[in-house]
Amino acid sequence: MKKSTERLIEGGLAFSGLVTVLTTLAIIYVLLSESWGFFQEVSLFSFLTDVEWTPLFTNKHYGILPLLSGTILTTLIALLTALPFGITISVYLSEYAPKGFRKSIKPALETLAAVPTVVYGFFALTVVTPFLQSFIPGLSTFNALSAGIVMGIMIIPLISSLSEDALQAVPKSLREASFGMGATRFQTAFKVVVPAASSGILVSIILGISRAIGETMVVAIAAGQQPTLTFDPRDAVETITAYIVQVSLGDVQHGSLEYKTIFAAGISLFVFTFLLNNISYRLKKKYQEQYE
Amino acid sequence: MKLIEADDVNVYYGDNHVLKDISLSIKENTVTAFIGPSGCGKSTFLRTLNRMNDYIDTFRLEGKIEIDGKNIYGKKVKVEELRQKVGMVFQKPNPFPKSIFENVAYGLKIQGSNDKDLIADRVEKSLKQAALWGEVKDILNKSALSLSGGQQQRLCIARTLAVKPSIILMDEPASALDPISTAKIEELIFELKTKYTIVIVTHNMQQAARISERTAFFYLGNLVEYDKTSEIFTNPKHKQTENYITGRFG
Ligand SMILES: Nc1ncnc2c1ncn2[C@@H]1O[C@H](COP(=O)(O)OP(=O)(O)O)[C@@H](O)[C@H]1O
Ligand SMILES: [Mg+2]
Repeated sequence: MKKSTERLIEGGLAFSGLVTVLTTLAIIYVLLSESWGFFQEVSLFSFLTDVEWTPLFTNKHYGILPLLSGTILTTLIALLTALPFGITISVYLSEYAPKGFRKSIKPALETLAAVPTVVYGFFALTVVTPFLQSFIPGLSTFNALSAGIVMGIMIIPLISSLSEDALQAVPKSLREASFGMGATRFQTAFKVVVPAASSGILVSIILGISRAIGETMVVAIAAGQQPTLTFDPRDAVETITAYIVQVSLGDVQHGSLEYKTIFAAGISLFVFTFLLNNISYRLKKKYQEQYE
Repeated sequence: MKLIEADDVNVYYGDNHVLKDISLSIKENTVTAFIGPSGCGKSTFLRTLNRMNDYIDTFRLEGKIEIDGKNIYGKKVKVEELRQKVGMVFQKPNPFPKSIFENVAYGLKIQGSNDKDLIADRVEKSLKQAALWGEVKDILNKSALSLSGGQQQRLCIARTLAVKPSIILMDEPASALDPISTAKIEELIFELKTKYTIVIVTHNMQQAARISERTAFFYLGNLVEYDKTSEIFTNPKHKQTENYITGRFG
């Protein structure tokens, strides 16, 4: 009796594992095969060097660079917004806040991360952009800056929560050593604890970057949908993800070249985030070794 | 001269009364050993001397502790200054994950010193004092974590010396080390006592006998006996002390 239920559970677990692996493999397969079709018609060289991306116009260009620059620009702005706040919050929580406060604030932070991204998108468009326009001349209604800032706000909980974990993982004995030599809390936090947790903090930052790169709604709503090769944050831009949404929601014909651009864009995104996750994995391993 | 003077010190962790009416005074340039069974309050008392217990929420102290004639729990006391004067070496070597040089330079740097020559000079002197210079002088930029446990502990001592404290507190500094490293640390303590006042917690009775001039025996939060080390070990006044040093302990 007991044996058979156990076998059932085991089977269920194995099945769930298998489903996940198969799904991933299927995604990679579809991405590869569909973009294979794309690269039959557009050379990889022009894909990587053409400075225009206009697959939906009559004068067609298939250069990924404008989408890439849009992605990098919004991500960079998000990062510049999230880093100072995220790190400050994590240091405050880990090194200054009373234990009870820390325990209650962390779930709250994590709830903030669960707000639907559409909400953030409209917040960017209807609150942040008008506000920024009041003192930044030449800021378009759709712009990279506003979208980036709001994405930054969105990833603050992720970065501060993971960084706080990394800071907490620093052994108490190091703090004691520092205090014992007459260091203040501030010196101990920034000269000992943060450096000792640096690879863990870096991992949180990279995950934040991955999150920003993969973010779709905010940029689709607030950054405009104009693939332009620019690094001016006041301009409207389009990110890879926003483009994918745009085309998926439009009425391009299944199997057409326009349709296949989704997968070409998708595989670029995949390679990009795959590299980042890889780096973060390596850093994490290194950081775990340090204290074992 | 009396350097440290504790007067009717009581310590509580929440409702747990862990030190009871402790009074003792420690003279300059001596080595004083705290002995007693585990959990009797040795570490707690040691850490009241540089206010390291301040970070424990439930910690509460009554009574008075004076160092150099000043109440260290007084309102105007800056703990940072106190700890520059009262250095500490911990049970487990705890070097920073930085280079050997940076570990020793840390105390000076946080005091705001950026005179490179002075720092380099002090690092060398401190490492020499800690009998580590010969082993590390060519690898100062290597990570402190690459050193052996015994070397790490001497590095921690050098790091403490670099701040020029007058008192050094040591909480079982050799308990995590092999016998050879332990011997080196003991030798070091012997040399340091001409310049520093050392208070050392140890549960190694032979160690207490070898290196200290005075020994305090703690039991269940009480200071049972405090006397010249030779007296404690050859002629203890209390039955509990005698039981402990002869190893006849429940
Ligand atoms: N951080 C703490 N919080 C609460 N109780 C503590 C803490 N540290 C030590 N104690 C308690 O205080 C008593 C004395 O501990 P300690 O000073 O570490 O003894 P020793 O160093 O002699 O082994 C023990 O009963 C211990 O459980
Ligand atoms: Mg102890």
